[in-house]
Amino acid sequence: MRHYPTILSHEIRALLYSPSTYIAAVFFLGVMGFIFAGILDLYSKAPQESPPAAVFFQLYWFPVFFMVPLLTMKSFAEERRMGTLETLLTAPVSTTEVVLGKFTAAYLFYMLLWGSTLGFHYLLQLYARDTRFLDPGPIVGGYLFIAISGLLFIAVGILASALTRNQAVAGILSFTMLLGLIGGLSYLGDLNAMHAEGLQPVKAALDTLRIGNHVEDFTHGVIDTRQVVFYVTGSVLALIFSILGVEVKILGS
Amino acid sequence: MAEIPDITIEVSHLKKNYGPLTAVNDLSFSVKRGEILGLLGPNGAGKSTTMRILTGYLPATSGSVRICGLPVASQAEATKRHIGYMPENNPLPDDMRVSEYLWFRGRLKEMPRARLRARIDEVLELCDLKRNRHRILGRLSKGNRQRVGIAEAILAEPAVIIMDEPTIGLDPHQIIIVRDLIASLRGRMSVIISSHILPEIEATCDRVLIINSGRIVAQGSPAELRHEIFGHTSYRVDLAGDTAALAPLLPAIEPTLKVESVGDCAGDGFCTATLTTEFAGDLGEKILQALPTHGYRVRSLARTQPSLEDVFLAATRRSWDARLPDPKADSRAPLPKA
Repeated sequence: MRHYPTILSHEIRALLYSPSTYIAAVFFLGVMGFIFAGILDLYSKAPQESPPAAVFFQLYWFPVFFMVPLLTMKSFAEERRMGTLETLLTAPVSTTEVVLGKFTAAYLFYMLLWGSTLGFHYLLQLYARDTRFLDPGPIVGGYLFIAISGLLFIAVGILASALTRNQAVAGILSFTMLLGLIGGLSYLGDLNAMHAEGLQPVKAALDTLRIGNHVEDFTHGVIDTRQVVFYVTGSVLALIFSILGVEVKILGS
Repeated sequence: MAEIPDITIEVSHLKKNYGPLTAVNDLSFSVKRGEILGLLGPNGAGKSTTMRILTGYLPATSGSVRICGLPVASQAEATKRHIGYMPENNPLPDDMRVSEYLWFRGRLKEMPRARLRARIDEVLELCDLKRNRHRILGRLSKGNRQRVGIAEAILAEPAVIIMDEPTIGLDPHQIIIVRDLIASLRGRMSVIISSHILPEIEATCDRVLIINSGRIVAQGSPAELRHEIFGHTSYRVDLAGDTAALAPLLPAIEPTLKVESVGDCAGDGFCTATLTTEFAGDLGEKILQALPTHGYRVRSLARTQPSLEDVFLAATRRSWDARLPDPKADSRAPLPKA
């Protein structure tokens, strides 16, 4: 692991120099700003049951779908296309270090972008006349959810990039995998067929994996270790597959 | 760094299959410390594959490779510390500056910061890149990129340097610079280079390995190769006189000396004759003395060396011919008979 800091700093540098990072950042902050303004508009018209932060984090999936592919699609696909993966892996580093370095850099950037949305909440605090109704709890819970679920989402993006040499394919692949993870799991749980008697355990499992429910739990202050374990094991699995993917692709090259 | 043994690279019975295709077939050779080895072969001969296996990037199907006494297969990380590698086409990240890139690579190769700072200055000087140290890699000319690749390979002062076609796509002036650079490593580091450009290999390498379809077809120093493949020396004589009577006279000079051919005669009566002999020494003086005594007028005499190019063509053709009777043993389409 002694090369991990070197690779991490190299990757952060690469992300800071790459235009796609800034496109992702601008797009992300613009969209999230509009969403937040829309939510506030809604709250100014009629009283609502849940705090604005809870609604804000319910829409976590929207930036995940476009931002995670943009941040991760380059990581391995580009290196493989350029041939620099060969020079990287013939230095005395292990594939694990390379995968972890790229993963951490993308994750840190993902968190940095989400962290910048803290400004929205700060502005709201600043201009709201009565801050008694603005509960910091959902904000803390929401960011905790983002931090923990981000591990899995970024790992899935890295996995997609490790499987191909084409950035566009990597982007679409990670979008599809994220769609399956976020949308597909809850869609399966909602199927009518799932109401059959024999499938009750399957339905229960799918309901537990419904990521939309996890946000709700986190923003309401319920931190379920089962959910945390799901995200952590999921990301570890995706990273292991990424390491294998990188090595298998070399064999076929 | 650990003690470097005298034999830095040992390859024995190396074999690599890509599915049904055999890229490298039972390759064995070794390289001594400080030796420059040239790997020659037509496209698809298995040069790049061999180099990638040496660097530990690709696993071999069977056989063993030892770098500085350590097996590559089981101790890849340790052997990678002894290797500086420049892949084919020299891939570089386009968005970094020269010095940044060298710094990153040096850190990956576990060089301490203070040593690395001094060493970067040293290799930039060595590779004549000082003026370009702050330029972005993507905007460098091909020659400069190539030199960055070489600078990167020698950066950590490894015992073994492997360069896949280091002079591809360079102009003659740059080729000379790169060649001098490689020659300057002689004696300190073991170098393996591959190339299509034969004069290149001839000028820099101590030993040449000609491989074709994954097999060694000839090896040795350029001079040894000439002798091994052709087994004879030829002389070209420009002479005037009775060329038909030349042949019987020659065994008197040297028993194996024969007339190979007599070329067209010019208007002034001078003809070009090619004589061949199996005698390894120089017969020039004897020929020059003997011919005028028999009434020939000699205008010029030259000992013609088969170039490495001829050696290469002969060696690779020989290996193709050897393969032809047994097409089933090789999965590739049979090659046309040369």
